Amino acid sequence: MPLIDLANPTRFLALAERALPWLIGATAIAFAVGLQQTHGAPDDYQQGATVKIMFIHVPSAWLGMFGWGLMSVAALGTLVWRHPLADVAAKAAAPIGAAFTFLCLVTGSLWGRPMWGTYWVWDARLTSELVLLLIYLGVIALWRTVEDPSRASRAVAVLTLVGAINLPIIKFSVDWWNTLHQPASVFRVGGSTIDRSILIPLFAMAIAFTLLFVTLHIAAMRNEILRRRIRTLMLMQAQAAPGSAS
Amino acid sequence: MNALSALFIRDLRLAVRVGGGGGIGVLFFLIVVVLMPFAIGPDLALLARIGPALLWLGALLATLLTLERLFSIDQEDGSLDLLLMADTPLELAVAAKAAAHWLTTGLPLVIATPLFGLFMNLNGHASAAVALTLLAGTPALTFIGVIGAALSVALRRGGLLLAVLVLPLTVPVLIFGVSASNAAIVGPLPFGTPFTILCALSLFSLVIGTFAAAAALRHGLE
Amino acid sequence: MNLGPHADFIVAAYAVAVLVVALLIGWVVLDHRTQQRRLAQLEASGVTRRSDRTVERTA
Repeated sequence: MPLIDLANPTRFLALAERALPWLIGATAIAFAVGLQQTHGAPDDYQQGATVKIMFIHVPSAWLGMFGWGLMSVAALGTLVWRHPLADVAAKAAAPIGAAFTFLCLVTGSLWGRPMWGTYWVWDARLTSELVLLLIYLGVIALWRTVEDPSRASRAVAVLTLVGAINLPIIKFSVDWWNTLHQPASVFRVGGSTIDRSILIPLFAMAIAFTLLFVTLHIAAMRNEILRRRIRTLMLMQAQAAPGSAS
Repeated sequence: MNALSALFIRDLRLAVRVGGGGGIGVLFFLIVVVLMPFAIGPDLALLARIGPALLWLGALLATLLTLERLFSIDQEDGSLDLLLMADTPLELAVAAKAAAHWLTTGLPLVIATPLFGLFMNLNGHASAAVALTLLAGTPALTFIGVIGAALSVALRRGGLLLAVLVLPLTVPVLIFGVSASNAAIVGPLPFGTPFTILCALSLFSLVIGTFAAAAALRHGLE
Repeated sequence: MNLGPHADFIVAAYAVAVLVVALLIGWVVLDHRTQQRRLAQLEASGVTRRSDRTVERTA
């Protein structure tokens, strides 16, 4: 079955129905493994057990940015290729990405208080992450403002692409400015600086959270396709004049 | 004269006419700047410390709120459709309109800053520093704001939506503008670094804002 | 499991994570049920999609 079939909403729905049970199962197993790994992870010599917060904080940060990246690709799909499911993908991803960004900010704050003495500081990375949450909320507001989804999709696509500038700022902000947040230690030139015993639980939780994102996203896309069908049907119903054959 | 300069001069003329909204930006700026001390209290030392920030916030709000009408006036009388169909590239037309808006709103703000700095208990040197940063930064505010103006006219929604969409994008401009002002007034940190970044932001947003606004108009009004 | 002196913060962080994930799952599931219900209502009142009608005609 060629990839182009994914562009057809009906085919996509059929695929989603078949894939979702497997995805849900895979997510559950991944979380079981991940949580077992975090439970067994050693205490950091500096941070003690609070390093366990990192196993949620870092994957949430990655997925918040991944969500906006996905929305940006979908935005290109809408503006350049007119892909029929691109705006469905974008609209479904926004709340999920926003939730992970929010989770990143909250867990970061709870980690910051015992470790660095403050719930919040206006350094470059925290500020740009907060800006990411704000533009997520802006995009969600934009989706809800316009009644016709296809008209909203192009405006949202433009805004998404402009907001994508924030992603490299988040990633590199800790390198450009000397700030409270620690510099890059996982994905950097020269390899990670984190010990294996902490890195493995981190990746385990990252995989689990990513599977969760994908599962939620496909389920949300399915809901959005259904919602649009209902809208079309209701429009048809409203257009059929009472008394005439419809 | 060619089409672009005609458009530019038309916008300038419309702005300075009665009902054009040219001076209203400065008036709003004045009111905001006067309101702040009422809210904060007459502590002159405090006002002097946060003066640059308050002036910047006033400029940001004045720019955003006047930008809302940039395209909707044209849409109302049909000239926006003409712009979309014209031979002149839409990006250049957007840039011309935004430039005219900056000349009639942003630049008066910059000129008014030394006077309003008095309300914030800023001395001459400090006011001049803030005015310079505003000169470099208000183009960025205009060209980022024009994206929101285009989006809100394409979607026929105004008001707070524009602010919600655009304000997060103006955060870097605000940060560097205030940072540069404080560096010139107080700080041991050099003025040059945040100032050049501010200039870079203005140039960057000149390009991005123009293209994004044109795209929003084109796609949203199909 | 000894979580050290900052156990409250660790527990709070994991609790927020569970809450956020639960809300996300809840949103997706409830939204699905709502759409299914509305679709069923529409089909019961006789409105169908063109492609569904085509299938009926050729069946």
